[in-house]
Amino acid sequence: MSKYIIRRALSLIPTMFIIVTLSFFLVRFAPGGPFSSEKKVTEQVLQNLLKKYHMDEPLGKQYLRYLGDVLRGDFGPSFRYRDSTVNQLISQTLPNSMLLGSIALSMALFAGISVGIISALKQNRWQDYLAMSFAVVGISIPLFVIGPILQLILGLKLRWLPISGWITSRDGLKTLILPALTLSFPYFAYIARLSRASILEVLRSDYVRTARAKGLSERVVIGKHVLKGGLLPVVSYLGPAFSGIITGSLVVESVFAIPGIGRVFVQSALNRDYTLIMGEVIMYSLILVTMNFVVDIVYGFLDPRISYK
Amino acid sequence: MTNEVILQVKDLRTYFTVDEGLVKAVDGVSFDLHKGETLGIVGESGSGKSVTNLSIINLIPMPPGKIAGGQVLFHGKDLLTLPQAEIRQIRGNKISMIFQDPMTSLNPFLKVSTQMIETIVLHQKLDKDAAKQKAIEMLKLAGIPAPEKRIDQYPHQFSGGMRQRVMIAMSLSCNPEILIADEPTSALDVTIQAQILEIMQELTKRLGTAVILITHSLGVVAGMCDTLCVMYAGRIVERGPTDVIFENPKHPYTQGLIRSVPRLDMENSQRLYSIQGQPPNVIDLPDCCPFYPRCEKAMDICKKKYPTTANFEQGRAVSCWLYSGAKDE
Repeated sequence: MSKYIIRRALSLIPTMFIIVTLSFFLVRFAPGGPFSSEKKVTEQVLQNLLKKYHMDEPLGKQYLRYLGDVLRGDFGPSFRYRDSTVNQLISQTLPNSMLLGSIALSMALFAGISVGIISALKQNRWQDYLAMSFAVVGISIPLFVIGPILQLILGLKLRWLPISGWITSRDGLKTLILPALTLSFPYFAYIARLSRASILEVLRSDYVRTARAKGLSERVVIGKHVLKGGLLPVVSYLGPAFSGIITGSLVVESVFAIPGIGRVFVQSALNRDYTLIMGEVIMYSLILVTMNFVVDIVYGFLDPRISYK
Repeated sequence: MTNEVILQVKDLRTYFTVDEGLVKAVDGVSFDLHKGETLGIVGESGSGKSVTNLSIINLIPMPPGKIAGGQVLFHGKDLLTLPQAEIRQIRGNKISMIFQDPMTSLNPFLKVSTQMIETIVLHQKLDKDAAKQKAIEMLKLAGIPAPEKRIDQYPHQFSGGMRQRVMIAMSLSCNPEILIADEPTSALDVTIQAQILEIMQELTKRLGTAVILITHSLGVVAGMCDTLCVMYAGRIVERGPTDVIFENPKHPYTQGLIRSVPRLDMENSQRLYSIQGQPPNVIDLPDCCPFYPRCEKAMDICKKKYPTTANFEQGRAVSCWLYSGAKDE
């Protein structure tokens, strides 16, 4: 087992290397550059700018230089936000997104699994229809609609919650509730549908029939025999869900004025802020591959049929 | 085998509502099970064997299933109308089941010990350690080597035959009065089949357990069962002592089944007999004899009405117009 974990952890290194290489060249080959939308500067100034950021060197050399920097944990200066480094930008925004995302995902997990279990147990009855219509709504309505509706009702009409801001403001932790609620909605809906489908499948399985034939009460049948197998698919979904949700959402951050990484990410792409794009891509991939790695390990503990050698 | 009747199934009807109509999976099945008796139920796929037995312990998924009528009397109590809490005390305890596919009938996420102990603790009111001792003892009786080690393994670490042994050990761990074995060997290798049947027979004899053995193999029935019920399209068409039926089958369907079994004394050039046609589609079945399209002795009346049951000596009963006095009409 520990051997497997070590080997699996080592295999993350080439994966990350490929991601860094591919994204470095993809970004460079995209039309435009960090200084192309500047107001007209003289040729001399442009040359100096390029020289300052080592962009006058051949691409291969720039790549090796960048690789070396990344290995030292230095993502370089932002081309656009002249007084910040990429490391600073990420460390200012990523924790906010991670906080919001973790809360949203926990809410989505709790609510999604509960609703999924109830719908599966009450299949084709009104509880199921209600929950699943709600889930379809959750998946199909975009966040930029759900967010403002929640702001309008809970914030402006009922005045229960602040409509925007961040925990550093006067309203404190209360500011987290609405954005987390909004962000969790599609994840909640997906988890509810996923857990419903897989619990239904397990409910029809032979071993659940065996459990009932043994005279176990319905509570034990569900709690002990159904849920473990029924919730495994949710566990595998957690990897991509977690890395997706904690790396921020442009929409939620814009609607609720949250200093998160999502907005920085989109802006950097539009600005061709090479180092910032690269920094964010690397952070995102690192979180994604790490999460998948963690999920794999957890899966091995949950499903005895999987053995790691 | 004594004459005390412990289970009486009376005119059991289990229907399923599907999109295409009403499926009368079991339509008026009656039989008695005596203490220590081994009763075989044979029939083709879809003839209602398994549904009959799931109905007995009230495990039919409802909806789409529905018990439309009849009684299942266990020591005089009707299991079909018993409250859930009471029938749960009978399931796995007084009446237990073994299912067809041992690969999927055990929970892959729980250790064998967990699955066996929970039944014993539930019904025998033993503490966990005593229950584990009991479980190990049962595994040993079922012929599992090194049971004290293997009990802490997961089902996937057992072979198919070993898993069925675990199922047998589990189902007999509470000394049930009745064991319902639903095609216990159909998913196993032929060589393993014989071993499993032997173990089952030996253990149930020792514990005095009555067995309802569901199978589509006449060979299995001949070797194990005292009494035989032949099912076709949801009804029992012939019933009686096994040896008598094998010697002198009365219903054309039973005759066909017995003729279809390959025999050692058959000439090599001889073609194996098979009953022509397919089992009927049981959706919205009309009230005729469902076997008449395939029957070599079909008469006019067979298309019009389901035959009444004719009773013979030794408790034999046959549902066929050949014996129901149809010629008079």
